[in-house]
Amino acid sequence: MARQPDGPPPPPTVQKLRLRYTKRGPLRFASHRDLARSLERALRRAQVPMAFSAGFSPHPKISYIGAAPTGAASEAEYVEIGLTRPCDPEAVRVALDAALPPGVDVVDIVQAGEGTGSLADRIDASVWRVELPGVEPAELGSALAAFLARDVVTVARRTKNGLRDVDARAAVAAATAAGEAGCAILTVVVRQVTPAVRPDDVVAALAAVADLRPPSPPRAVREAQGRLDDTGTVADPLGPDRLARTHCQGERATV
Amino acid sequence: MNGQTLYPRLEPLLAQVQKPIQYVGGELNSQVKAWDDVAVHWALMYPDAYEVGLPNQGLMILYEVLNERPDALAERTYAVWPDLAALMREAGVGQFTVDSHRAVADFDVLGVSFATELGYTNLLEALDLAGVPLHAVDRDESHPVVVAGGHAAFNPEPVADFVDCAVLGDGEQAVGDITDVVKAWKEQGRPGGRVELLARLSRVDGVYVPRFYAVSYGPDGAIAGVTRTRDDVPARVGKRTVMDLDEWPYPKTPLVPLAESVHERMSVEIFRGCTRGCRFCQAGMITRPVRERTITGIGSMVDQGLKATGYQEVGLLSLSSADHSEIGQLAKELADRYEGTNTGLSLPSTRVDAFNVTLANELSRNGRRSGLTFAPEGGSERIRRVINKTVSKEDLVRTVTTAYANGWTQVKLYFMCGLPTETDEDVLEIAELATEVIRAGREASGRKDIRCTVSIGGFVPKPHTPFQWAAQASAETIDHRLRVLRAAINADRRIGRSIGMRYHDGKPGVIEGLLSRGDRRVGRVIERVWRDGGRFDGWSEHFSYDRWTAAAAEELAPFGVDLDWFTTRERSEHEVLPWDHLDSGLDKEWLWEDWQEALNEEEVSDCRWTPCYDCGVCPTNGTEIQVGPTGRSLLPLTIV
Repeated sequence: MARQPDGPPPPPTVQKLRLRYTKRGPLRFASHRDLARSLERALRRAQVPMAFSAGFSPHPKISYIGAAPTGAASEAEYVEIGLTRPCDPEAVRVALDAALPPGVDVVDIVQAGEGTGSLADRIDASVWRVELPGVEPAELGSALAAFLARDVVTVARRTKNGLRDVDARAAVAAATAAGEAGCAILTVVVRQVTPAVRPDDVVAALAAVADLRPPSPPRAVREAQGRLDDTGTVADPLGPDRLARTHCQGERATV
Repeated sequence: MNGQTLYPRLEPLLAQVQKPIQYVGGELNSQVKAWDDVAVHWALMYPDAYEVGLPNQGLMILYEVLNERPDALAERTYAVWPDLAALMREAGVGQFTVDSHRAVADFDVLGVSFATELGYTNLLEALDLAGVPLHAVDRDESHPVVVAGGHAAFNPEPVADFVDCAVLGDGEQAVGDITDVVKAWKEQGRPGGRVELLARLSRVDGVYVPRFYAVSYGPDGAIAGVTRTRDDVPARVGKRTVMDLDEWPYPKTPLVPLAESVHERMSVEIFRGCTRGCRFCQAGMITRPVRERTITGIGSMVDQGLKATGYQEVGLLSLSSADHSEIGQLAKELADRYEGTNTGLSLPSTRVDAFNVTLANELSRNGRRSGLTFAPEGGSERIRRVINKTVSKEDLVRTVTTAYANGWTQVKLYFMCGLPTETDEDVLEIAELATEVIRAGREASGRKDIRCTVSIGGFVPKPHTPFQWAAQASAETIDHRLRVLRAAINADRRIGRSIGMRYHDGKPGVIEGLLSRGDRRVGRVIERVWRDGGRFDGWSEHFSYDRWTAAAAEELAPFGVDLDWFTTRERSEHEVLPWDHLDSGLDKEWLWEDWQEALNEEEVSDCRWTPCYDCGVCPTNGTEIQVGPTGRSLLPLTIV
């Protein structure tokens, strides 16, 4: 018989908070695992009353939604945490932000609205902004036109199991070229598909179709995540919680 | 201009390398001070990968101690992996600190902590990447003073050509004294240049400046003598000893990396030094006497450290943690204090002692019992008498069985092979032991899924120990003994499948032996190996035995000595050893007597509980044993 922990089961989750955080500056070189460890420690330092799973190695209740790849910055990473007592979301945001390393900033927080569904279901696309130092905007513009004209652009990506072919084209919902002399900026809306298409894959695809080869590594920032609507824009994934909250408070006010 | 950040030039390179997070700094509790606000700039290096170097306690302590001084700053630098090193050379970016990415070449002092000799090639790589001349004699006053510290600094002769000084013993106070000297010399307009600065440093207690000592060799290849080249430097250099550990509660705010590191926990040093007298153990010999932190001192470090880091696990660190005079009470009171907080408490590998199982039970009473580690070190009772780590076979089996009976399912046993006087039979007893442990453990626990892992490595004789005269076993001997042991363990599959065996082949140990007991002539081998591409010699995927043996053969031949001469040769009583002018406090006569007693399989007791046996340390250094119990206890923390 396996040994069981003595005592009562851990206290249940009574409140779920959903938050948006950034990955800025040098922290763009952090991997998802690095950020996860960092967040768990910050939650402890900030004394957020986290709910834990049962068993001998209890884990804090944290659900990560997606994760920007190592090397990519982000303005819109999302996570959901479970608490054992209700807290003021803004107070949690401030305390957690102070406990996290500079560059990982908690920029938004909401209480999960009841009956609003899961956060993961509200995210199916990312908006990426990719700086291409040493590339002229016009150069990017024509490369992009060539790329968008194709139905499929296959690029090879290095994975743990060797090179793997990925179609970088199908996942791209929209893309524009802008920027200034000496530094083109690519803005691209990418659907979150399997296998994932990363901004690096799109840049590699530009090399494949138009021989666009940036002289130094591009810098990608995820600007937003959410559900892609018919107009090509990405909706705020915390929106439904905010609405539910307002609705709920409104109800209470009438009682 | 000095002190400017290299980050804008480094950043594009980081996008192209493995695990770039290790190079960006910004760890929780890291510090960045303005360059121009301070007089003395220290770069502190751990000459191994970031994931190994970051958790190093010694470096963290000095980092805080120095940064607390208003007139100094300290930043950290680690060995750069070959993928980034190649890009840095191409782009002309020098070795940098991770805190604010300043060029190491800009600093006044480069302090390098050598826990193991296998970091020597990484020092050369860092110096070269930094643009600092490899040889100390080629540096001028614009270059940092390269200071070696750590246990390996008790014989810095193999790196004497590359370092400007070595610090013997505890660094907490020594770094302050060095800072004072460098500051005064700079403020005075650098009188006498680099040589004058080094002469001044040589008068700081515990600081050894190799260039002021000349070594001559006799016709047999052994050292004929070591003489001073200036009469204002000490004939023998002593070690530094910090007394009253409660006065030095460092690290107060341990660094927490974003990157994964080898120790994902906070460590508190509960005492320093050890007088158990294990004859193979350099750490126990050179860190005497025992100085305990008090139970209340430990309690407040644990409390502050957890608050400052958010770590979930605390390690109670020392050379033999169960020997702390208040350990039972400490374990109980810490377990009480952190009950229900998901905080883990642990002791590192311990002596084989039933009491340790009780302690481990207490520390883990709120959590899972998985692995417990013991270090019998020697396979037979006879060899354990030789190394002075006496425990009977019955006690060993009983202790491990008790652990299984208490719900521990994995026991790891540490052993060495290649110990002086060892035979195949001594090593084969490990298989018998493990077999008995599993048999008795299955019976006592009533379960079949218990496991025992035998972890074994080759013994390397170290300076300042009774085994400093011993012949090191050859790589062939080690590999042979590991082979017969593995065959014996696997002989009975019904038991053998519950026994794991982890081991390292004998080759890296031979090179470690060369570097441990080498003299200045070995410096040419190190340089040659580095020039031939040697880096990260502590990593099996980077270590090349052939590169080392080829370099040793070629570079040592002109001196009439070779690799075997430094490793598998037994030394005689009156041979001048390369480190004889460096004083750990241990009497050479006492060490020799202890060596003879080892050969006679005689034990020596711990001086904490029996009368002083005159090892020499306390009278030489004016120190004394500092142990409790204090009679104090930990108060419960108020939970906010």
